[in-house]
Amino acid sequence: MAKRSAPEVNAGSMADIAFLLLIFFLVTTDIATDSGLSRKLPPWEPDIDTPPVIIKEKNIFALTLNSKNEILLTSGGDSELIALTDLRVRAVEFLDNGGGQGEDACRRCKGSGSEQSSDNFIKAVISLANDRLTNYNTYISVQNEILGAYNVIRNREFKKDYPNLNMNFVEATAMYQDKSTEKKDRESLKEKLEAIKLIVPQKFSEAEAKRS
Amino acid sequence: MSKFKKKKDGGLPPISTASLPDIVFMLLFFFMVATVIKEDNLKIQNNLPKANQIEKLDKNKPISYIYIGKPSANYIDTYGTEDRIQLNDKLQSVEQVQAFIAAERANLAEELVPTLTISLKVDKEAKMGVLTDVKQELRKTNALKINYTTKKGDALTN
Repeated sequence: MAKRSAPEVNAGSMADIAFLLLIFFLVTTDIATDSGLSRKLPPWEPDIDTPPVIIKEKNIFALTLNSKNEILLTSGGDSELIALTDLRVRAVEFLDNGGGQGEDACRRCKGSGSEQSSDNFIKAVISLANDRLTNYNTYISVQNEILGAYNVIRNREFKKDYPNLNMNFVEATAMYQDKSTEKKDRESLKEKLEAIKLIVPQKFSEAEAKRS
Repeated sequence: MSKFKKKKDGGLPPISTASLPDIVFMLLFFFMVATVIKEDNLKIQNNLPKANQIEKLDKNKPISYIYIGKPSANYIDTYGTEDRIQLNDKLQSVEQVQAFIAAERANLAEELVPTLTISLKVDKEAKMGVLTDVKQELRKTNALKINYTTKKGDALTN
């Protein structure tokens, strides 16, 4: 008897099987959101009478968000409503001012050195207070812009201190966090990142939301 | 003259579906690669805001999720329309946050406890009130590493 070739398998139901799997995955999975703004909360302190730290008024960049999502900026004795789009520029101006004299002098600052604004990176404090009825949306945008302002300055200082690396602070942080970067490189990056963080510390304080 | 008879008009020829499985498999593989299994079934609306100064969360370190938002349409009758907190699969009150963190810590190896990061997934329409309360509870229980989880995008267009 002549040899017969094996009969072809019917592939008509393949599509149905694939659809079934596809729908299963559509239902049980989620697009991963695994990134965001990392912050550290201050530790809880029971009510002990610690004397409040005295900070010169010109070193505070105070932001207040009200229930209508408006941003009030109090800095250098003046208060004004500002737009979200101006916030980053204003914060950079404040941090970079460098108005300090003598031992508070700021050699790295590029600002105008106004007497009404911050002394140096270390002295400059940004504070944020919000209302209980502020939208989370606005809050995150403000947080984002403040982090953005710090990153602008950190990028500049990083490039200045390590010009041969050819990258800025944010890129270096991403490279440091990337698992595929070699261990030796990560160690040296970590050192440099920590150095920049010491030069430009994030002095960012949040007050407890007001009850309204 | 049957020789010149017009061909029978059979309408459109059927579209070949032989490549349909290939297309569906392609979609399937895309979804398998680009998505992760859901951690929790959400009972609240959770549309995250956008930001661009973001850092990736380290997946090797333990992460716990706290969701805040208005109950989704199916649950409005039961839970109302105010912002609520979801821990694991249940809507909980603020007082239960500390117990939740303690339970999460109990599941971890001792040396990993200080590295626990709390990912706050808050709906962009939510008000700050509930989030502020949650943050106070986290401070009380000494879970200080937090991450406001956001989508990547321009924060000015939120």
